[in-house]
Amino acid sequence: MALLSFERKYRVSGGTLIGGDLFDYWVGPFYVGFFGITTAIFAALGTALIFYGAALQGVWNPFLITINPPGVEYGLGFAPIQEGGLWQVVTGCAIGAFFSWALREVEICRKLGIGYHVPFAFGFAIFAYVSLVVIRPVLLGAWGYGFPYGIFSHLDWVSTTGYQFGNFHYNPAHMIAITFFFTTCLALALHGGLILSAANPAKGQDMKAPDFEDSFFRDLIGYSIGPLGIHRLGVFLALSAVFFSAVCIVISGPYWTQAWSEWWTPLWQLVDPGGSPPAPYPGPGL
Amino acid sequence: MARYQNIFTQIQVRGPAEYGPAATGATFDRSGVPFFSYLMGKIGNAQIGPIYLGVLGTLSLISGFIAIEVIGLNMWASVGWDPVKFLVHLPWLTLNPPGPQYGLQILPPLEEGGWWQIAGFFLTASILLWWARTYRRAVQLGMGTHVAWGFAAAIWLYLVLGFIRPILIGSWSEAVPFGIFSHLDWTNNFSLVHGNLFYNPFHCLSIVFLYGSALLFAMHGATILSVTRYGGDRELDQISDRGTASERAGLFWRWTMGFNASMESIHRWAIWFAVLTPLTGGFGILLTGTVVDQWRDWAVLHHYAVADPYVAPSLPE
Repeated sequence: MALLSFERKYRVSGGTLIGGDLFDYWVGPFYVGFFGITTAIFAALGTALIFYGAALQGVWNPFLITINPPGVEYGLGFAPIQEGGLWQVVTGCAIGAFFSWALREVEICRKLGIGYHVPFAFGFAIFAYVSLVVIRPVLLGAWGYGFPYGIFSHLDWVSTTGYQFGNFHYNPAHMIAITFFFTTCLALALHGGLILSAANPAKGQDMKAPDFEDSFFRDLIGYSIGPLGIHRLGVFLALSAVFFSAVCIVISGPYWTQAWSEWWTPLWQLVDPGGSPPAPYPGPGL
Repeated sequence: MARYQNIFTQIQVRGPAEYGPAATGATFDRSGVPFFSYLMGKIGNAQIGPIYLGVLGTLSLISGFIAIEVIGLNMWASVGWDPVKFLVHLPWLTLNPPGPQYGLQILPPLEEGGWWQIAGFFLTASILLWWARTYRRAVQLGMGTHVAWGFAAAIWLYLVLGFIRPILIGSWSEAVPFGIFSHLDWTNNFSLVHGNLFYNPFHCLSIVFLYGSALLFAMHGATILSVTRYGGDRELDQISDRGTASERAGLFWRWTMGFNASMESIHRWAIWFAVLTPLTGGFGILLTGTVVDQWRDWAVLHHYAVADPYVAPSLPE
């Protein structure tokens, strides 16, 4: 458990939200704390139950292991352990572990005297997960609408759920989410590339000072958001991508049950009363 | 408990506009008179301009303008030059590639894909010129060319979709149409025709890197914002002369997950995740219909899918 050369002076007691100094220590590089204990319990139980599910399934190919939610006939009640009850307990463990992890991050922020931006941002990821496995299933009236925990089974769920709404790409919130995801990726490449290009200049050149960051982007597109602003922008783009992803699935079913392409028909009819939009682009076919 | 979290800039310091260091070997001066925007200053730099246009930039903008005009005028013509219909029906309007009967023919009739080729030619020219500009701006400032190589990864995916794969298959009709809904239809068809793209391992990787990029930017952006009170946003200074901001930022992740990047290495993680998204995605598209035709069948053959997929329950009545 090697310490970084400067680490010892930062390892101070205090800053905990709960438990006082009871769990206020480190194990190797990891900070523990009350929420470290609860994270470990939830994560260990959830993982063990997934292995138990794999044993029940009799499958050890990691791509094919799947923990399926109960059938819709169980509604919002408990299901027998082999009929989706396992999924329900694993879901509870996951939510418990995620919230514990976020609160542990808050404690670490308090210890280090830094802002709460990371746990706040992580909260959006938790919200997206909870939207999929709690909010939407509750709105639709059955846990069966949650997604199965498996590498490829969850893709089957995305596929079949998506096609219940025709071409899911027509979902306006999905459009916004994808746009934010692509923009986040673009901005990340630009930011990472810019810092590396200033820190690793051409052969024989000195490392560049921060004014070169701004100059490069001003020369290129006429504006540089700056070394502080890019991090605000990055967090905004990434969190918006996650938020609109959650919105796009929560509105599918509880708010809209037809093909998403139908949602746009009123716009078409604004200037063509009673008309209907053209058929989808057919492509070249097989 | 409540503390200043540096979401907006509260005090804007404003001096004379910065023009930037001299670019060696540049043909032109920077253009435009810089001005300041108070609102932009709330989130980032207030200064807007100047810009370096140069030969490559000017040619790129002209090519891009021609491409947009060809696409836009074709769309406008398709609604009988009605300006209101053009605006309201814009999401449905499309400029399509040639039909399969034209194969790889150069310039089929304009109305049957010729305009699509002309628009594609000028759009591609515009993008490639902009790439050269990105490269040259970095070189003339004496910087590394990392941004240009990141951009090249995106161009790779663009060229695979509209140029390389259609040529390998032998038909421009395989390419993507220019249009909002029509390119979404194309995407939907592509997955259906090739047996569910989710089972394409390169598509899996691309999505992992896309989501990973969002995760990384959220983690990195939030970490830097949380240590701005110690000057953590001055990343280049922190790289060359580590301060308490870097130490606290690193320790946050070390204590949270047992591992941390450094102020420089986080940007290597960043550019690799972002670049691998279109890089792996491009390979996935390139292999589809050329090497593998039906991804789900292929997955069953290679033991990462079972014959009966998981089927989500239908919606309640």
